[in-house]
Amino acid sequence: MKAIRKKRLTTVLFLLLTSGLGTILIIKALDSNLDFFFTPSEIFAEDLPENKRIKVGGMVLEDSVERDGTNIVFQITDYEESIEVEFNGIVPDLFKEGSGVVVLGYLFEGSIKAEKVLAKHDENYMPPSLDIEK
Amino acid sequence: MIKKFIHQFASPKTYLFQVDRAYPYIFYTSLSIYLVALFWGLFLTSEDFVQGNSYRIIYLHVPASFISQSLYLAMAFASAIFLIWKVKLSAYLVRSIAPIGAITTFIALVSGAIWGIPTWGTWWAWDARIISTLILFIMYLGLISLHDSFTDNEKADKFLAILVIVGSVNIPIIKMSVEWWSTLHQTASITVTEKPAIDPSMLYPLFGSIIGFTGIVFCLVILSSKLQILKREKNKSWVKDYV
Repeated sequence: MKAIRKKRLTTVLFLLLTSGLGTILIIKALDSNLDFFFTPSEIFAEDLPENKRIKVGGMVLEDSVERDGTNIVFQITDYEESIEVEFNGIVPDLFKEGSGVVVLGYLFEGSIKAEKVLAKHDENYMPPSLDIEK
Repeated sequence: MIKKFIHQFASPKTYLFQVDRAYPYIFYTSLSIYLVALFWGLFLTSEDFVQGNSYRIIYLHVPASFISQSLYLAMAFASAIFLIWKVKLSAYLVRSIAPIGAITTFIALVSGAIWGIPTWGTWWAWDARIISTLILFIMYLGLISLHDSFTDNEKADKFLAILVIVGSVNIPIIKMSVEWWSTLHQTASITVTEKPAIDPSMLYPLFGSIIGFTGIVFCLVILSSKLQILKREKNKSWVKDYV
């Protein structure tokens, strides 16, 4: 390789290195602010204010869902801590016990008053017949 | 031998005549692969045990997302070649890949939004995967307008190549976003290290759709690069003969 090309190659690598380093620093500074939601454990650990709009994510705790008309009360868990959620409205089809959920709402007297409930699904795909066999 | 081949292929003229010859084969092969995979995925495989039929948009969403990131990597690679070896053809390629990248990223965003409605219960969320993909889309548009804002093409090529390389840091961020942060988007189903989390009956048509879609997009890149070459070399005598 000619000297001039070697020099240009070094410049390209330097460019990549500096922009990469800069990005790593930005990401480090932003830290958990890039998280889409809090887990129940984080809510109890961080002692969040009551009137702030937050998102909480985790699993819908088994046998915790109670429905009364369009009112629905359930527990979100990360299998360490659980928090109660109250919601009035229509939940997505994928909402069910033992599967992922993210709620948007306010913390109020130790439970979440949800304005919106989103379902989270995992990366597994298979036909229903195989699921029954398992 | 190899050196001679590369040197020949790096000439815009040779490149154009070669891709002209290969184009119909690539196009019809990849189109048939994609249509077969699509028919297989939409009508022959079973529905999903959680998402029912709505998961079937995966046969558009995954290929589009995959190719939108791959195209950026191809641009970064071509940019490095241009900056180091001053190969004119690679500068043309960088500029011609950008609009195709923007289109595929747009397809990925829209198909993801459509998929989100029946499954997540929302078409948009400010989660790390979606934001980083939106940034990729904006970057493609920005790169196009940067290049077109110059009157001096040589200068435009150089600035474009530098910016493409700087922007390539976004690709690993998109890839790792679902691992590094808690997101609404699920983690990757297909990884190099682990067994795919998709049942084989759904995985084969998915691979087919990725291969077919990639081929079709490759053809779009060929068309776009031909346009770029003819535009940029319009004063050459062979271009006048060709047109």
